[in-house]
Amino acid sequence: MVNETLARFGDWTYGATVVVYVFAMAFALIEQAFGKAKPRRAVARQLATVGGPSTSVEEVPAVEARPAERTRSERFGRMGAALMVLGALLHFTSLVLRGLAVGRVPWGNMYEYMSAVSLVAVVTWIVLMKKFPVRRLSAFVLLPIVILMFLGGTVLYSEAAPLQPALRSYWLIVHVAAAIIASGLFLVPGVASVLYLIRNRYDHDQAKFVRLGERLPGADVLDRVAYRTTIIAFPIFTFGVICGGIWAEAAWGRFWGWDPKETVAFVAWVIYAAYLHSRATAGWRGGKAAWINILGFAATVFNLFFVNLVTVGLHSYANG
Amino acid sequence: MVPFLRNTWRGLTSMRTALILLFLLALAALPGALLPQRTLNANKVADYIAEHGWWGRLLDRLQFFNVYASVWFSAIYILLMISLVGCLLPRTLEYARALRTKPVLTPRNLSRMPHHSESTVDKTPDEVIAQATRALSGWRKTEREEENGARTISAERGYLRETGNLVFHFAMLGLIIALAVGKLFGYEGQVIVKADGSQEFCNSGVLGYDSFQPGLRVDGTDLTPFCLKVASFDVNFLPTGQPDLFRANLEYQSEKDLDTGTWQTYGLEVNSPLRTDGDRVYLLGHGYAPVFTVTFPNGEKRTMDTQWRPVDQVTFLSEGATKFDPPGITDSEERRTKQIAVTGVFAPTAQLHGSLLNSSFPDLRDPMVAVDVMRGDLGIDNGRGQSIFTIDQSMVDDGRLKRVARENLSVGGEVKLDDGTVVRFDGVKRWVYLQVSHDPAQVWVLVFAIAIILGIGASLIIKRRRLWVRVVPAADGRTVVEVGGLARTDQAGYGEEFERLSGAVTGGKN
Repeated sequence: MVNETLARFGDWTYGATVVVYVFAMAFALIEQAFGKAKPRRAVARQLATVGGPSTSVEEVPAVEARPAERTRSERFGRMGAALMVLGALLHFTSLVLRGLAVGRVPWGNMYEYMSAVSLVAVVTWIVLMKKFPVRRLSAFVLLPIVILMFLGGTVLYSEAAPLQPALRSYWLIVHVAAAIIASGLFLVPGVASVLYLIRNRYDHDQAKFVRLGERLPGADVLDRVAYRTTIIAFPIFTFGVICGGIWAEAAWGRFWGWDPKETVAFVAWVIYAAYLHSRATAGWRGGKAAWINILGFAATVFNLFFVNLVTVGLHSYANG
Repeated sequence: MVPFLRNTWRGLTSMRTALILLFLLALAALPGALLPQRTLNANKVADYIAEHGWWGRLLDRLQFFNVYASVWFSAIYILLMISLVGCLLPRTLEYARALRTKPVLTPRNLSRMPHHSESTVDKTPDEVIAQATRALSGWRKTEREEENGARTISAERGYLRETGNLVFHFAMLGLIIALAVGKLFGYEGQVIVKADGSQEFCNSGVLGYDSFQPGLRVDGTDLTPFCLKVASFDVNFLPTGQPDLFRANLEYQSEKDLDTGTWQTYGLEVNSPLRTDGDRVYLLGHGYAPVFTVTFPNGEKRTMDTQWRPVDQVTFLSEGATKFDPPGITDSEERRTKQIAVTGVFAPTAQLHGSLLNSSFPDLRDPMVAVDVMRGDLGIDNGRGQSIFTIDQSMVDDGRLKRVARENLSVGGEVKLDDGTVVRFDGVKRWVYLQVSHDPAQVWVLVFAIAIILGIGASLIIKRRRLWVRVVPAADGRTVVEVGGLARTDQAGYGEEFERLSGAVTGGKN
């Protein structure tokens, strides 16, 4: 029933993915640490090149040596981004292999679920890197992902196995996929909001977070990244919860029963709803909104670990 | 008084209050995930209170073991609902008004808009206006002429954002009302049915159930009539003990079948409940009922197949008490010295450590019971109800119920008591645990939930934005086209669309 060979290849690919992410993280850290070491001069150079046409390097050969020096950290950053794409491809492969090995969607237990959530977060970040000047922040996003995947691959690892009868439903595909996509997306605004708070602190008082603060993108960019990602994730999360209700009606005899997982999902939903409202409330924008977003992600993580591992509820087979 | 009421209303319906109420709601819901809840597991609540002394009793008094029906939780969501209504009413009026008004006048100085472009083109103003109108198809727009001869188009798009927002919030209200209706008129009942077709369950009244939770307006007299039997129960386990299949093969009669006497069949599985006339039947669990036959000294036999309850959900080691009343004894005093209970554990696949019985697999591979046979007064005649799974321990403590044998029995095995009574373990039956649910409003919950999704999607993804075009004839027969844009929602990312539109309005680069 289970193709052991494919499952083994899937696990190896998973391990390789983690290694690639660690390297991507290291490269991003190099760019983050050395990228803007002398901010004022860097800004001046940037202005010169931004203003001129793309052929400026050929026109001014005298400074050829220096741009090379300047872009070294940038090159590391680009390599880090490329590694991230490679990692995502490996990651996707490992999930496909796991799915083929067990002949079902590869999100039937906590190990698979966390792997899929991490993949969504990585892909989200790759898309955001194209739209916003945030590449150098990759390390901060990859850190929680690597931790998640490490825990998933060690403590929470599950052998490839078929599903329990309770999980055999089309709703597993829809409901859990929505939960995975929403959770993976929510990771990014969570991280961006933490960085926003740091940057905000630095903007108000240059003595705070001296080293990190100046190397972060502007607070407005971080805020935009957090908000744009959240407004995509929130409807998907809502959809996931409602699909859960429809499935629960068929499986457990009621669409809502305050099972611990349902309760914490409700709490997270209310927190993210508060985040969206806070942005339309005078005196709550900015820092407070960022805190609410972090709280929302904390609830999401709590729902994954605490509810699955500590409480006993109907969702307990997540580790089965 | 009036100003006080007005201020209270304003305070309650302000966004800040709504935010605080949302936080309170999240905070108040959390204990339900951390503390045991009566509605989910009453035994756990009792254990928790017993373990935590005054703290447990305090939490109990403060309704922390029934969070979602507590006064404080209800207060928060009712306030939130009032706040929501107070916010929605003026917004709906505003929205209706906005739908009828034309897009706003073109600002005098378009270059002060966040998005702006200006170019001179080789076209007449008429051509430019025509082109702009084409480019802005799908926008709500209005054309105006200014005093100095300039012509403008004001355009606005994204009204669906507010539509979605209102739909979402009204659907939220609708969903809560539908939920409340369900709580009033719905009911749930659980019943154990033997899976050998011997037992017929009819949804005719509360007494047929082992447990029953009526809605506030349900008195149990007007339940949807139907009957069912469980002909057989199919199970399959993987070699690891992981369950692979549960299917209860039902025979049932809906209301119309009750008159004709026909039986329909249905394969009841975990994810596919039986739906009949608005009621739903679910398969919640299963278990074993060991069958015992007691042959009394006078030669009379009694056979019982009382269900035992699983104590281990993985191996299905079960426990229970099968109780017998001796036949042919009219004197109740004497009878109450001769009642018999067979208690102990049952293992579907026996695994013995010495004489200690355990189970190694959930399926019936090698069934065995380890029983204590008790004789004496079971306490079933004193009018007090007792659990079907246990004997009355106080009778044992009083010395009125005594253990007369202890034995491990395989199927067919028997034990003989000192007075000649023989207890025989005949075999095993399966039983299934069914739930019947009725919620007349749940289809409305679904309708509102879908409206919530649509509303929330529209209100978060659609952007409200404005665009203005001003066309001024220039001296040399050319035309100056000025385009300004403003997004009315934060972080809308209007830039790219504006670039494209302003390009289309002017007809590309001149």
